[in-house]
Amino acid sequence: MAGTNGGNRPLSPHATIYRWPLNAVMSILHRMTGVGMALGAVLVVWWFLALSASPDYFAFVDRLMTSIAGDFVLTCLLAALWYHLCNGIRHLIWDTGAGLDERSVRRSAVAGWCGTALLTVGSLLVISNGT
Amino acid sequence: MAPESFRTDYNRVAGLGSARDGTGHWWTQRLTAIALVPLALAFVLLFGSSLGGGHEAAIETFRRPLAALTAILFIAVGFFHLQLGLRVVIEDYVHGKRLAFTLLILNVLLCWGLAAGGVFSVARIAFGYAG
Repeated sequence: MAGTNGGNRPLSPHATIYRWPLNAVMSILHRMTGVGMALGAVLVVWWFLALSASPDYFAFVDRLMTSIAGDFVLTCLLAALWYHLCNGIRHLIWDTGAGLDERSVRRSAVAGWCGTALLTVGSLLVISNGT
Repeated sequence: MAPESFRTDYNRVAGLGSARDGTGHWWTQRLTAIALVPLALAFVLLFGSSLGGGHEAAIETFRRPLAALTAILFIAVGFFHLQLGLRVVIEDYVHGKRLAFTLLILNVLLCWGLAAGGVFSVARIAFGYAG
């Protein structure tokens, strides 16, 4: 099975060589946003633990999360959440067997990106209005 | 050749797929995904508008039964979904058997632990033991 060059031959599908199709990018982004949100989950639990612990400790954690760095990280995580949600809905639709032809896939990809942008901007506006 | 066991071929594979654990993982992932769509929308608005709003206001928000339920369900179902997703990522990308096994165990333990911490602190707030 092993080649004469000690397994050093190029392997299919040559992911480093060819231009990534849109859906390959969206697929890996789905996983990356999912893994990234593990950090968000930890932050949410930390915030609630602090809230239930004491006003002083809460003030520390809350200030950290609403600092410039905190705002940046949370905004990225918010966008990641909406991307994962929108692309996840695409997956749920595909699971029914619908929307798998090339045209529909491209159209739902655009819809997914638009949904992500709208939800991100929309939720940020609603949130910043509240406080 | 002597049979390895007296179980029939059919008995060994009944209810299982080629991945040996059947469709349980796949189905649970979709189920939690569907539940997380409304939960994520509701939670982001609650959590986001409580960020940076002070200890008292945050306690007031999550003391309300509907808000507490939303937070508890989002944390519980979210960590369940996260655990299922991270498991696939570890299975796909971590190739060392020992490391992969360690990470798979850590994944389950940490997800359950963090989920318990989050649910506990929201419950503590909702039942009036904090603040």
